[in-house]
Amino acid sequence: MSAALPEQEAQQLGSVERVKDEWPLYEIFVRGKRGLNHVHVGSLHAADDQMALRHARDVYTRRNEGVSIWAVRADAIAASSPDEKDPMFAPAGDKVYRHPTFYSIPDNVPHM
Amino acid sequence: MGVHDHDADHGSVYDGLTGGDDSQWAFGTAFEDPLAGVDTTISEGVDPATLAEYCLMLADDALVYSHRLSEWTSRAPDLEDDIALANIALDLLGQARLLLARAAAADPSRVPALPEGSPVPPEDALAFFRVEAAFRNVRFVEPDNGDFAVTITRLLVFSTYRLAVFERLADSSDSVLSAIAAKGVKELTYHRDYAGRWFLTLAKGTEESCRRLVNAMALVWPMYDELVCSTPAEKAAAEQGFGVDPATVGDEVGVLLDQVLSVSGVDRPEVPSVGAVQGRAGREGRHSEAMGRLLAEMQVVARAHPRGRW
Repeated sequence: MSAALPEQEAQQLGSVERVKDEWPLYEIFVRGKRGLNHVHVGSLHAADDQMALRHARDVYTRRNEGVSIWAVRADAIAASSPDEKDPMFAPAGDKVYRHPTFYSIPDNVPHM
Repeated sequence: MGVHDHDADHGSVYDGLTGGDDSQWAFGTAFEDPLAGVDTTISEGVDPATLAEYCLMLADDALVYSHRLSEWTSRAPDLEDDIALANIALDLLGQARLLLARAAAADPSRVPALPEGSPVPPEDALAFFRVEAAFRNVRFVEPDNGDFAVTITRLLVFSTYRLAVFERLADSSDSVLSAIAAKGVKELTYHRDYAGRWFLTLAKGTEESCRRLVNAMALVWPMYDELVCSTPAEKAAAEQGFGVDPATVGDEVGVLLDQVLSVSGVDRPEVPSVGAVQGRAGREGRHSEAMGRLLAEMQVVARAHPRGRW
């Protein structure tokens, strides 16, 4: 935005404390009415946590999607690297005995 | 706005989204029709003409302000506030639709006549085919948006006032008005919260944001008195048990605004009020210069196609 300011206005702002170029990024998780857990729905910019929650409400729950919102600073998330994909996940690929498929599950046990 | 008669149309809009099997939707189910099961008859002791006049006042405040706020779409400081302001405009438009439909039902003579066979429903006819002098909104909602600080300041004052009115209107003897108010209270609570937070943020932000906020107060405040001064129709509506006399919310609105101002460190400006013109103001159909241009833009397409289907 600052590059697009007319020169005169930019000069007026010159003495004013400059604002950081961009607000921090937040990742947004919404729990739907019928959902059991919060699901990542997208990201947005906000100046602080409270503003992030309100922006999330405005941007991601307009179609009556949610009953609960989590907002997390993107830089607070530790993420696995795609380079580590094989050592991280491939070893689990052939261990079918870890699935509960070797015994029958009663019909009334939900959400397996 | 809808194509068909509001009452006939209203059910069908929600049919696909309420009840039944909603398993195809990942999110966004269980929509509610705000007027479901509400008694739409006009009770005895209520003068239909007064009810229509009062509904038009509440409707036109929302309709005109909704149009103004919608002008921010694609122009707000960032995407998130762009959507926030559009959401608020849409909430107000929803209130306006229900109130215009109620006004038309109470007194059909208020609805402008359209060519034979026109499919335009009464709520649209009221919105798009009335002349300026037939609008009953306060002048407070008419001015150009100005910068973001002016928009936030006007929204703070308007939503604080309207929320105070709607909280009382939820006890209206008219069950439709009561249902509209109950729905509106939740929406307006968010609008006031949104504007209040931004007001504080701008006040405590930079020297520049604070300067703009002080300028905004000086622009917005002269129009405030019209919000909380009552007209004969509003007094009659209150006496008949279905309306709220806005003079009775003045104290509460003043206290709430003073709280925000005091936390923000901004003073009420010492500026004279914009008075009535020959005793008439917005509620009597005497509007400001900005109103004509706003209506021209809002109404031009509908007026060019009076038989159009949308």
